[in-house]
Amino acid sequence: MNRSKFVLTALLLLLPTLLVSQTQGPGGIDPASLLKPLADSWPTYSGDYTGRRYSTLKQIDRNTVKNLTLGWIGRVNPAIGGGTIVGGEGPEEWVPGTVSVRGAVLMVDGILYPTAPDHVWAIDARDGRQLWHYYWKTRGGTHIGNRGVGIWRNYLFFETPDNFLVSLDLKTGKERWHVEIADFDQQYFSTMAPMIIGDHVVVGTGNDLDAPGFLQSYHPETGKLEWKFYTVPMNPGDPGLETWPNLDAARHGGGFSWVPGVYDPETRLYIFGTGNPTPGYTGAGRPGDNLFTCSLVAVNVDTGKMAWYFQTSVHDTHDWDSAQTPVLIDATINGQPRKLVSTAARNGYFFTVDRVTGKHVTTSKYGMYSNWAKGLRSDGTVDPDSLKEATIPGSLVSPVEGGVANWPPPAYSPDTGFFYTRENNAFNMLYLTDTDPRGSMGLAGKQPAGFGNLGSSGDFITAIDPKTGKVGWRRKLYGSGGGGLLTTAGGVLFSSDGSGNFVAYDARNGNPLWHTRINISNAPETYMLDGRQHVLIAAGDTLYDFLLY
Amino acid sequence: MRWTKPSIGLCLLALCVTLPLLGQQRGGARGGNVPAAPGAQANRGGGGRPAPTSFPAQQRAIDTALAARGNTLYGTNCKTCHGADLRGGERGGTNLLRSAIVLNDQGGELIFPIVRDGLNNPGMSPMPPMSVSEEDAKAIAEYIHSIAATSQRQGGPPPGPPLNLDILIGDAASGKIYFDAKCSSCHSITGDLKGIASRVTNPRDLQNYWVGGGGGRGANAPQVTATVTLQNGQKVEGQLNRIDDFIVILALADGSTQSFRRTGDVPKVEIRDPREAHRNLLPGYTDNDIHNVTAYLVTLK
Repeated sequence: MNRSKFVLTALLLLLPTLLVSQTQGPGGIDPASLLKPLADSWPTYSGDYTGRRYSTLKQIDRNTVKNLTLGWIGRVNPAIGGGTIVGGEGPEEWVPGTVSVRGAVLMVDGILYPTAPDHVWAIDARDGRQLWHYYWKTRGGTHIGNRGVGIWRNYLFFETPDNFLVSLDLKTGKERWHVEIADFDQQYFSTMAPMIIGDHVVVGTGNDLDAPGFLQSYHPETGKLEWKFYTVPMNPGDPGLETWPNLDAARHGGGFSWVPGVYDPETRLYIFGTGNPTPGYTGAGRPGDNLFTCSLVAVNVDTGKMAWYFQTSVHDTHDWDSAQTPVLIDATINGQPRKLVSTAARNGYFFTVDRVTGKHVTTSKYGMYSNWAKGLRSDGTVDPDSLKEATIPGSLVSPVEGGVANWPPPAYSPDTGFFYTRENNAFNMLYLTDTDPRGSMGLAGKQPAGFGNLGSSGDFITAIDPKTGKVGWRRKLYGSGGGGLLTTAGGVLFSSDGSGNFVAYDARNGNPLWHTRINISNAPETYMLDGRQHVLIAAGDTLYDFLLY
Repeated sequence: MRWTKPSIGLCLLALCVTLPLLGQQRGGARGGNVPAAPGAQANRGGGGRPAPTSFPAQQRAIDTALAARGNTLYGTNCKTCHGADLRGGERGGTNLLRSAIVLNDQGGELIFPIVRDGLNNPGMSPMPPMSVSEEDAKAIAEYIHSIAATSQRQGGPPPGPPLNLDILIGDAASGKIYFDAKCSSCHSITGDLKGIASRVTNPRDLQNYWVGGGGGRGANAPQVTATVTLQNGQKVEGQLNRIDDFIVILALADGSTQSFRRTGDVPKVEIRDPREAHRNLLPGYTDNDIHNVTAYLVTLK
């Protein structure tokens, strides 16, 4: 290549970058930056693509965390603030209700982006002041939560309960466009935080009425659909159809993608967990394993084609979605460096598989009393015991519907080698109330009777060795409340204690180092601002910022 | 979008009832204790009401006269295959209440062409063409929509007639053997359990009562008490209001409460939960044990 050709080639290669920087100005997120280890900002749902929620920051550590100080308290209630930008296709007459932040709060360039169903805010990370507020007038739908925004360059993306992917200008909150991502008439509702991977906006959605689950990718600039991957067989000949009695059952089989997954740039695989099969509690009408519900699924992010799957709850009949965020782990097993992915499933079992091939590595029971299985199959999946389904005389089942773990995300520290998860062990008597041989619909057909937690041995934060699945330690909790986890290179594990305290634990052993009486509603996050490490949590409509002075 | 008054009321009710439940079921932030913001429900945009959490199937206004006519036509033309409850039949008709075509249909415009032409989807039972007029098909569609509108939350079907399900499948004699061996050290059929089946008459309630270690929830739950022993040896007793790693709070006999900071095991806290022993039995029960003991207990009138 001669010099002029080289210069021309270089210019052509740089052209897209130059155009972008000219038209969009500084700031925002370069999608390539999401590949970096988690430190200064919090640019995507889990902080980075690994799902580890492990920050390399060390300013706050096991010794200094006791000096953590409140920086500010900020409210995101729609009734306060002002300057609301209103979008949406619902009627004018409806008003914003109260809100609760139950998802990731992205932090980019000193600005925080908390969300609630139908709401996005921009908040100054230095003082908690509202910069803008966007309100989406809804058509309706299940308003159970919103897991956060995705950011691509200077564009912000979020999903609405009535199934729109809405793109806003990051700086002003003004709407760029909105596209419908799932059929509202068919009772889909959307909560997931969009995942930005290169030039893909990956979105998932939910449904409770026996509809098929899917994952989709949209172009961040145009909002055009790039691919759609169904999590259940939709046509004759589709893989997995042999695990359903017929195509009609498969096409109403569920498997929703309502929690963000993780991404492995080396294989270009987006790995996520799918939800429960439907009808949820009455499996009589869908005998078989019901692929690819309750599974870890890896799809190529450019094509949407499935590379592998591993089912973490075979023929589920308890609404134990396996949608939890998995975690990418690099470890040495039998002297071999391995690329792994682990998940602590809602059903009380922990799985590690090879993230390149999907081949099984280990399975263990981490839910101390999970009693719904007959044992392990040779492929590492767990064989369900049909006697532990809902029955007319009642079956005693652990865990309860909410699971041993749920959507609040786990964490993994490469320093301690532990995968951290919540472990809620409770029992209920599960009665079948719809004996129709066709099965019920949605999540109906059962009546549970719960007995609370197991006194002194019910709820824990649990540290698991992902290579073996063995529990390293359990920190006993006094309450069964939820809360995600965050761990850091400073050796701290942040979470809720399930009783309304926000606690910093020692990541080595779970001993509490610091706490404050705040009942968190999302998962803690950390980032650097002006040379100081901050820790951010949400409790309902209130954000709390902590730092060291 | 059309709203009827009953549907607004139902929707508001659903909002109140379902949101806390949903939060629990999906493991959302439970028991958030952040106080409601002053003016949190303040109107913006003039006198509106909270947005609905229902779907179009529950939001639509039903023409009841048209639906009634459709009911008759459905019985004649559709019921054999799609079932009296619209949830599918033995002859292979699909469940209409979860059918994408039905859910997308607004006023018969999607349903009528299928009624007229039939449907032959690969892998599905074929539907033959029916000689039904467009007008009649619209009435049938309205009837289907009127039933779908009564669907329950989380995808549940419309409520059917109440079922009287007999949970008593256990063997009372085996239950007595189990009771005598495992329960009689703490319980007596002539003492605390005398006439238990007369006090708790529904067998399912009785089963839940004893498996859970006694009745009552919330304010009626058996009281958990605790003794806090201070470093100077002083003991404070009361009902346990709250305990975590950092604090223990007792309700004292005089009506006041007292809180104690906890650091590790200091001060010493002894908790007496009347139901804990029972809860700790849960991992050991088999379903057969449970059903047998219940069958025995229902004889204790």
